[in-house]
Parts: sequence; structure tokens; C-alpha cells
Amino acid sequence: MASSVEGPQIPISVDFSGGLEMLFSNQRRHSLSIAANDKDGNPSTIAFLIDHLCKNLMKDPRSELFVLDGHIRPGILVLINDADWELEGEEEYELKAGDNVLFVSTLHGG
Amino acid sequence: MAPALCAICRTARALIKRPKNHAKLCKGCFITIFEDEIHHTIISSKLFFPGEKVAIGASGGKDSTVLASVLKSLNERHGYGLDLVLLSIDEGIKGYRDDSLETVKRNAQQYDMPLKVVGYDELYGWTMDQVVETIGKKGNCTYCGVFRRQALDRGAKMLGIKHVVTGHNADDVAETVLMNLLRGDLPRLSRSTSIVTGNDSLEVKRSKPLKYSYEKEIVLYAHHKKLDYFSTECIYSPEAFRGSARSLIKQLERVRPSAILDIVRSGEDMARLVPGEKSSSCGGCQGRSSASGAAVAEEDVGGCGSTNGRNPGGEIAAMDKQLRENEEHEGLEIDITKLKLTESDGTRQNRKDKQIPIRGPNGTGKVVGRQVLGTCERCGYMSSQAICQACTLLEGLNKNRPKIQI
Ligand SMILES: [Zn+2]
Ligand SMILES: [Zn+2]
Repeated sequence: MASSVEGPQIPISVDFSGGLEMLFSNQRRHSLSIAANDKDGNPSTIAFLIDHLCKNLMKDPRSELFVLDGHIRPGILVLINDADWELEGEEEYELKAGDNVLFVSTLHGG
Repeated sequence: MAPALCAICRTARALIKRPKNHAKLCKGCFITIFEDEIHHTIISSKLFFPGEKVAIGASGGKDSTVLASVLKSLNERHGYGLDLVLLSIDEGIKGYRDDSLETVKRNAQQYDMPLKVVGYDELYGWTMDQVVETIGKKGNCTYCGVFRRQALDRGAKMLGIKHVVTGHNADDVAETVLMNLLRGDLPRLSRSTSIVTGNDSLEVKRSKPLKYSYEKEIVLYAHHKKLDYFSTECIYSPEAFRGSARSLIKQLERVRPSAILDIVRSGEDMARLVPGEKSSSCGGCQGRSSASGAAVAEEDVGGCGSTNGRNPGGEIAAMDKQLRENEEHEGLEIDITKLKLTESDGTRQNRKDKQIPIRGPNGTGKVVGRQVLGTCERCGYMSSQAICQACTLLEGLNKNRPKIQI
């Protein structure tokens, strides 16, 4: 049921590490296709991706370990093509084909 | 948006935004400055002497892996002359350590360092799984943390090593400062800010070279250097209060990234108000470092070093509850009437002789001077009590040991 929206799809890869892979079938790398545009026709952003991941990819019921109050849980770093998402516009960043997005938790044992 | 260029080399693309000062740096410049700052901390705190044998408390997790990697690099680059050893503790949690010990074994090869693994069973006669069988899951992180602290010392002693370095980072220190602030425990707050703990009469000293390093940068360093580390949740849940403090720190960081180092520095400043406590600091070269005073910290226990926070919604409520309970015990305000500021007619009394009354953890209100540190009657390890925490916990456990296996 992933992105049942009609229309163009873009291929991206998403990585989870630092313990977050446990929420996503214990798998570090996921290659996905997501809709190029959201339901309002705007380009899909990181916020759109996060929502998509929660609804379609997360196998663990503990979604609060990933998202709190609709945003990424504090303590989880997001890297877009290896760059801190704070340099890329955070949730507003518009996804392009071939992008890699890494979610890494800093919250787990040292 | 156009990619930003590195603020240092001005040629490569910036990939990192530093939490402490918002500087945008490329990968290479970030790695260099991250290591340089730790070198600065080591030098200004006089952490090591040439030829010193040092055990790195290694869990296979990000902090200790980064510590091992950075110390190896700095030791070679700056000729510290250190003899570095990896020291791992096996708590005896079935399945939990298998992967992380494998990681440590790989690290030992990658960094060309000898590895020593010490088990709770050989040290205490109990594995953590047996502890949990006996007392249940609640509160077991206290056991895990108390046992681990001594385990590193005992392991080091077995190896004839007098210095253990741990991967405690700025977030960990800030978290401990906050917890002790919320408990009204200024003496322990003071000890927790010291970069070196233990003292000359003790057999093993401990230090935390990553004390000023942000957890975020540690994770980024590990990522960009492609370090091999292991992350898992401790399957036994952490102490709720610590989890709450950690969540609060992470939320503050989101709004104001400098908050973490600010809390660490506030902790150091408060430590200077506690009689008999010294604290060394070089936090960002603010020119206020003192000698590398070693504070006493036999109880600087960080739980089991893992946080998960399964019910974030309940964390603040849990912290509230804990605070209310503490308040019910005692009022926590410092009694200013006892300050006796006897400065009259320009006759300046010897200020050094005055002691500020500081309440102990339960607001007992007695004047806390230099903590008297003795050794445990049972095991001989340093303790401010007649019986150390580990032996006290063991006594309770041994009483409850199920009558089995005849
Ligand atoms: Zn650069
Ligand atoms: Zn003892």
C-alpha cells in the first residue's frame, strides 16, 4: 500500500542506525519509492517522508521512540546525503531522486 | 538552498552544524577540531603522564568506541606515550553482551589494543540475569550501575592499571548535574562535574576525556569516521528519573543547543561553592581552569548507560512525582542564617575558614565539609560509608538468593 497515490514516484534510500533499525524490521537500509508530490500536489518533503515511514515502514508499535508530537524525537539526528538536516531546511527539505536520508539515534547505550 | 561552505577551510561543503557554536564545518575540519578539542582538554587537565598505562572502559557502544579511536590517534599524533588497553565488563545478561563483546573484540584488532573482559559472576557471584530473577526488573539498573563502576576498578586492578578512562560525554555530565540539582544534592553534583575522580590514596583513578564533547558530535564523529560500534537498548529499563532528565536535556538542546555545555559549566561553578571540593575545567578555554583536582566520586553511577524512555508522555509526570516526594521529606532551601557573615568594621576575617552549610541528599542540613573517604569494611574498596553500595546491594541479594541447587 506504499504511496498508493497516482502519479510519479521517486526512488530514495533510507538508513536507520544507533538502535532505530530495531523499529524498522531490524534492517539498516531500505530502498523505497515514494510519491513525488503530496496530496496537495506539493513536492514531497522530509516531513512527508517521516509520516510515510511511520505509516508504511515501521513494524514496531512504539512509534513514540521515533516521532513525538508529530516531529522527530529529540536526540535523533537526521542526515540528508550525509549533511546535517539543519543545513538543508530540516522538515521542509524537498526530496530528490537518489537522495539518502539517515536517521541515527543518539539515545542508546554508550 | 545552496550548499554552505565550511567555515574553516572555505572550500569543502559544510556537512556538520556544531551544537555549541553553530559553526558549519566540512567533514575533514570537523574531525580535526573534534580531536583537537579533546587534546586540549587532556593537556589542560593534565590527565596523563608519559608511559602511563590506561584502561579504556569499553562497551562497544558509540562513546567508548569514539574514545578509543580518538585516544589512539592523539596518543600517536602528540606522543603521549600511553599504554592503552580495552577493558570490558560482561554483566551476564544473556544475549545482550554477545554482539557488543564481538564489537569490542573487533575494536581491539582495529585499534591494535589488548582486551580484557571481566564478568559480574567472577566479581560478585551474580550475573545480572540472576539479579533480575531475584529482585525483578524494577530498580535493577541501580545494581547494574553500581556493580559496573567497581567492576572497571577491579578489572583495572587485576591488570595492574591505575587509571581508567570512560566515555562519559557532556550530555551525560549535564544529565547528572540536573539530576543532582533536582535532588538538592550539591555535594554529589559537585563530584559529578570533575573530570578526574578518585584521589591519590585510592588505587585507581578515573577520568572522562569526552566531558566537553556533545553526544551529537560523538555520533557524527563515529558516523563520518565510519567507526564500528554497536547500539542496543539495555533490555532492562533504566531508572525513570534518569530517563526523565535525559529527555529534558534533549528537549532543551533542540531549542538551545548550547544549553548542554552551559549546564556542565554551571555545575562546575556550583561545585566551587562546595567546601573541600575542587573541580577542574577548561570548558572552551574560558581561562578559569584550576589544577587537575581529583574529586571523590565513589557514587558517580550512571545507571546502565542506556536510555530508552518507553513512555515519554509519562516521563515528566514521573519526574514531577519524584520531586514532590523529595519535597515531602524536607524543605530544600539552604539556610542562610548559618552563613554568619562576620565582616565588620573592615576587619576582614579569614574567608577560607567559613563553610557554607550545604544540605545532603535528604536535606539533613548538616554542614558538609570535605567528605571523609574510607574503605568498605567488606571488600576494601573506597566508600564514604562503612559498607560500600555494592556490598550493601549484595547483602540484600544474598539474603534473597533462592534456595536451589543442593
Ligand atoms: Zn573544512
Ligand atoms: Zn564493599
